[in-house]
Amino acid sequence: MATSPKIIVDHLSVNYRDVQALRNVNLTVRPGKMVGIFGPNGAGKSTLIKAMLGLMPVVTGRVTYGDDTLAHQLDRVAYVPQRSQIDWTFPATVWDVVMMGRVKKTGWFNRFSASSRQLATAALERVGMLEFRDRPIGALSGGQQQRVFLARALAQEAEIFCFDEPFVGVDQKTETVLFNIFRELAQAGKIVMVINHDLGESITNFDQLILLNKELIAAGPRDWVLTRDNMTRAYGGHVGFFGHVA
Amino acid sequence: MSLELAVLDWFFEPLQFAFMQRSLAVAIMVGIICSVVGSYLMVQRLALLGDAISHSVLPGLAIAFLLGVNIFVGAFIAGVISTVIIGWIHTRSPIKEDAAMGIVFSAFFALGITLITTIQKDNKIDLNHFLFGNILGVTVGDVRDTAIIAALVLMAVFLLYKELLFYSFDPLGAQAGGLPTGLLNAGLMVLIALTVVASMKVVGVILVLSLLIAPGATAYLLVPRLHQVMLLGAAIGVLSSVSGMYLSYYVNLPSGPAIVMVVSALFALSFLFSPRHGVLVGPRRGRPWQKLRTLLPSKGS
Ligand SMILES: Nc1ncnc2c1ncn2[C@@H]1O[C@H](COP(=O)(O)OP(=O)(O)OP(=O)(O)O)[C@@H](O)[C@H]1O
Ligand SMILES: [Mg+2]
Repeated sequence: MATSPKIIVDHLSVNYRDVQALRNVNLTVRPGKMVGIFGPNGAGKSTLIKAMLGLMPVVTGRVTYGDDTLAHQLDRVAYVPQRSQIDWTFPATVWDVVMMGRVKKTGWFNRFSASSRQLATAALERVGMLEFRDRPIGALSGGQQQRVFLARALAQEAEIFCFDEPFVGVDQKTETVLFNIFRELAQAGKIVMVINHDLGESITNFDQLILLNKELIAAGPRDWVLTRDNMTRAYGGHVGFFGHVA
Repeated sequence: MSLELAVLDWFFEPLQFAFMQRSLAVAIMVGIICSVVGSYLMVQRLALLGDAISHSVLPGLAIAFLLGVNIFVGAFIAGVISTVIIGWIHTRSPIKEDAAMGIVFSAFFALGITLITTIQKDNKIDLNHFLFGNILGVTVGDVRDTAIIAALVLMAVFLLYKELLFYSFDPLGAQAGGLPTGLLNAGLMVLIALTVVASMKVVGVILVLSLLIAPGATAYLLVPRLHQVMLLGAAIGVLSSVSGMYLSYYVNLPSGPAIVMVVSALFALSFLFSPRHGVLVGPRRGRPWQKLRTLLPSKGS
């Protein structure tokens, strides 16, 4: 997939009013790899994704995908926000949520096409949630909710997938389902970025890591990023994990 | 006279008056659009915004009256300006949105009351009619204006339904997927302002919040999807406004408050007896007591 474009983040700085959340981040995200974004709470992981997608203003910097700014090409993006951002009491069923993935492609004033419904059905099938299609989203477990959001992202037929902490409140089975699908997406030449903060065994699922703490600590192949020095700079002295550190 | 005839007679008697026909027509249309548009406020936890917009229309209304412009237009513009100022304060300062709403709507409301009391001395305009509604005073022109607004609002909700659903459920996801969420939000504000303006004559600006929120909330306890909430809510809104009008006709109650009392009673019924979420029936029966127990301090602590 050498021809697919990559995302280039160039001198990105982001503030929340007078608090600096990210300082001068430069990195490249290539398609075909599973990219994990790691860092302690408040490191700016969510902020990095939001700023890359143009969902919030930046102080300086530019994020391009191919020849244009990424924010101008959001119809190629599927983004699943952090669980806490969603109101789970909202009156919608599993089916309603997955069909949201087809809204942009369907276009203004049009009704969903039969092929959109097929795509949504296939996406639900793929995450193992088809039998729940008429359930209210509030009547699902955390892992099931996360799978529904993954199905919505799949239905978007995007080129760039961003997941903010998809493994929070998720059991082993769902974690495996999610990782398998992320892997398939990467192998199909998509850009896959996953924010995570579990430094356990599951980190070996990622090919590339982006390690943040207000600024970029390191980015690149997993073993290259996971050094004792980098981990100390990101997490301070108190990180209990060194099992996979080179 | 048989019972059926008596009931029919009871039902049709008010309809022989042209003023009752006009006010019922307006009440039905307002019952529908308030419930539909109010459902968006409810699911986005923006009930207070409905209150803010409705209180903010007054100064625009007064100024339009002074200038000899259609007061609906003035009220609409003031409602929209208030949402813009609220958004501006909220994004440009650390003031929270609800505080911004409180500040802006009370300022607009005070200005509106001042203007109207000043001009009502020498003009045929009555502050109370705007505060509490004056549905028996609706003119043919009011019926026409309300019909135009209702058609516009329902058309917009129908045409933008899938976009507004995505946006109101997951604004960030919708924006990240390429939807113009700023525009959708502005459109929603316009719909709310239009709805409030159309409702002024029916319930007045103080009680309109009830018609915006209660029908949708009642339906929300009964059905699981947004479009069902809107449809059932509209039915509840119509039932409330029509029964309120009949109550007002036969028992001689003020019509706005009568409508609001009916819709509140329907909400109370749904809250107590909804099969899905009812406090007294339904799958989680007994939960209030369990909940209460968990709230009490346990012995050991
Ligand atoms: N809306 C906001 N207003 C002000 N400051 C914010 C806001 N959102 C985040 N911040 C600050 O910006 C910094 C980065 O936040 P961000 O949410 O990106 O962190 P994160 O790495 O995603 O953390 P977590 O692991 O807790 O999700 C934090 O210091 C946070 O306090
Ligand atoms: Mg975060």
